[in-house]
Amino acid sequence: MTEPTSEEIEFREYARRWLDENKPRDVPFRLALSPIEITSREQKDYLQAWQRRCYEARLVGPSYPREYGGWGMTAACQRIAQQELARARAPFLLNLVALNMAAPTIFLHGDEEQKRRFIPGCLSADEIWCQGFSEPGAGSDLANVQTFCERRGDVWIANGHKLWTSLGQFAKWMILLARTSKDDKYRGLTYFICPVEGAAGVTVRPLVKITGEAGFNEVLLEGVTIPDGLRLDRVGNGWTVAMTTLLHERGAAEGAGGGARAPQLIGQLIAHAKRMFRDGDCAADDPVTRDQLMKLAIRAHGIELHARRAGVPALCDHPLRLPLQSKVLASELDQDVARLGTDLAGALGELAALDPRAPEHGHWPLAYMNSYGFTIAAGTSEIQRNILGERVLGLEKSK
Amino acid sequence: MTAQPADFGYGPEETLLREQAKKLLDEYASTTTLRKLVGKDPAAVYARGELPGYDQAVWRRCVELGWTALMVPEACGGVGAKMAGVAALVEEVGRHAFPSPLLATLICSAVLRNASSPAAKRWLGKIAEGTTMSLALTGQRGSWELDETEIVAERAGDAVALDGCAFFVQDAFKVDAFLVTARSADGICLVVLSKDTPGLVLGRDHVVDLTRDQGHLTLSGVRISEEDVVASSSHGRHVLRGAWPSVLTLVSADLVGASEWLLQTTVDYAKVRKQFDRSLGFFQAVKHPLVNAMMEIDLARSHLYHAACSVDVEPEHAEVPARMAKSAAGDAATFMAGRSVQLHGGIGFTWECDVHFFFKRCRHNQALYGDGVHQRKKLANLLIGSPSAGAKS
Repeated sequence: MTEPTSEEIEFREYARRWLDENKPRDVPFRLALSPIEITSREQKDYLQAWQRRCYEARLVGPSYPREYGGWGMTAACQRIAQQELARARAPFLLNLVALNMAAPTIFLHGDEEQKRRFIPGCLSADEIWCQGFSEPGAGSDLANVQTFCERRGDVWIANGHKLWTSLGQFAKWMILLARTSKDDKYRGLTYFICPVEGAAGVTVRPLVKITGEAGFNEVLLEGVTIPDGLRLDRVGNGWTVAMTTLLHERGAAEGAGGGARAPQLIGQLIAHAKRMFRDGDCAADDPVTRDQLMKLAIRAHGIELHARRAGVPALCDHPLRLPLQSKVLASELDQDVARLGTDLAGALGELAALDPRAPEHGHWPLAYMNSYGFTIAAGTSEIQRNILGERVLGLEKSK
Repeated sequence: MTAQPADFGYGPEETLLREQAKKLLDEYASTTTLRKLVGKDPAAVYARGELPGYDQAVWRRCVELGWTALMVPEACGGVGAKMAGVAALVEEVGRHAFPSPLLATLICSAVLRNASSPAAKRWLGKIAEGTTMSLALTGQRGSWELDETEIVAERAGDAVALDGCAFFVQDAFKVDAFLVTARSADGICLVVLSKDTPGLVLGRDHVVDLTRDQGHLTLSGVRISEEDVVASSSHGRHVLRGAWPSVLTLVSADLVGASEWLLQTTVDYAKVRKQFDRSLGFFQAVKHPLVNAMMEIDLARSHLYHAACSVDVEPEHAEVPARMAKSAAGDAATFMAGRSVQLHGGIGFTWECDVHFFFKRCRHNQALYGDGVHQRKKLANLLIGSPSAGAKS
């Protein structure tokens, strides 16, 4: 581990102080905890303004070069900002797809003009982004996308159907994985930046989740014009670019879901257990519940320790062994925590958000249902286990 | 926030200790050697009750390399190594399911170095020179509460008289001496008795684990002088409590090492064994449990290094990390060992397959000094608080 530089130490102190002074308190409505929980424009506007403030305070994009709208600090400052945001339990940054997927992908695969044009809006949340990867026939088997872009001179004409599009209802841009050739499954894919808001031929329709809420969408592309200048990297290189996006998406899930947030998650669960009753007695006194709580506390703390151990190569047998676990560990922990929170509330756990007696405004059952979004999205837990078995343990590919 | 080093205190010296252990054990304590030692004849241990063997020549090399001196402070003639390094070495010991009095002796060092009496220092010096020792603190019901000893200490003039029994004494037939806890009027005291102490009788336990032996002590009319008391009854409990995180960390390290051997061995088998024209690992019914086991082992490993680092730099806060490590390591090992037998199929169920040596060592270790349920019960009291009055727990 390299010791933090004086810039990094100072930046952490500054970030902590700024968040302490500026973190929103007394929000007049229930804040969504992730993009798939945004159900009103009020929530969206609030979160967009919050990201803008964080950006102006240098807590977003600190490590990007200044010419791309960043703040030109060391790479570690990015992680420090994320850790401090999590530590302060600040609202999440709305432009999640832009920050975790679009910006790093454009930074690594885009040309100079694309980087200057698009990265600043990702950071400031002036332009919201969504992701156009999954389709009705391309879920876990992502390379099976059928959305087709046909070249006509300087432009491409896109036709297809994208699914599970978080933030699509607010998005100005979409990172789009599309087919430009039917000859080869993988090399027939190309990566585009596709206009969404106000673009002719684009229809965004809300999909209703099991919670009954909207929160993500399906996006129909019917003869949408994409200038060739919005193509990212070479024609036929889309799969490689998409892998960059997914690496950042899954890596980012560590900070968002598990690692940094884990201790707070368990603290909240224990506090909840102390308020609930089981067979008339305090739920936190029930020996079985106590055992379950400690099992999750041990997991949560272990996940947090992984982030520290991953920085010590001598204690990691395989460089990808811990990083590739982060998404599945974090999303399954979230699910287990939300389920136990619902379980130990007993019948109260089944009260919906509308009911005035619902504990914490119905947080637990909502969180439990929403948790399936994360064990399914960005590569299901089953796909993650295939990847771990194949890339880390070296077992034969399952297909 | 903790003041712990980001690298868990795992530097070049610790890497060296691990490498040294790995080199020696790879050469002299392979599974082939282990099979010759304890696996030749199933009837020998299980039917005729013979002692499972260990290689005393290899053990002497370990002593020459200073393994017994590791946890002895430098002031007492030892190495005073960090737990970060000792845990790494013990991981390798577990990875080889190495039969030896090492773990028992390290555990005694951890207790003795926490007692400051001249007697404790004297015994630590002997351990540094190769004396081996095992802890005897458990009653016949196998409780891991620290004050459940069934041995009674009474003052008899200038001497202390010891009577009673201690059970579940690890590697009792390999060690030179025993660190015994005894109840007196005002607490728990600790004494060390060499194995030839008059009035001390050592009885055999027959355990499933082939890589260990176990015994019970009967003390009748044992007399020792006051100067030989390692910790007086006013300190004994405190000494044990302070050392307990080290004890749990050491056993967790052995568990993590053995689990990692089971994982690698089972993965190797899943790569070569073919069914339906495919290697076993192709099938998700095999692949996914192996990945799950790896994730459990990794959680245990991260907890292990954290526990070791806590013992080194903030021992007063080491109980939670150590109990988490023991819970995670015991449960991960049980899961891994079960999957190893199952995924090896028919051969995994036979004596011929090496998996059972590790399976049995893991099962033994997960029970010692408290299993996962026990650790979590203790953790709950620390992290949630004791159950409110009237509630049963």
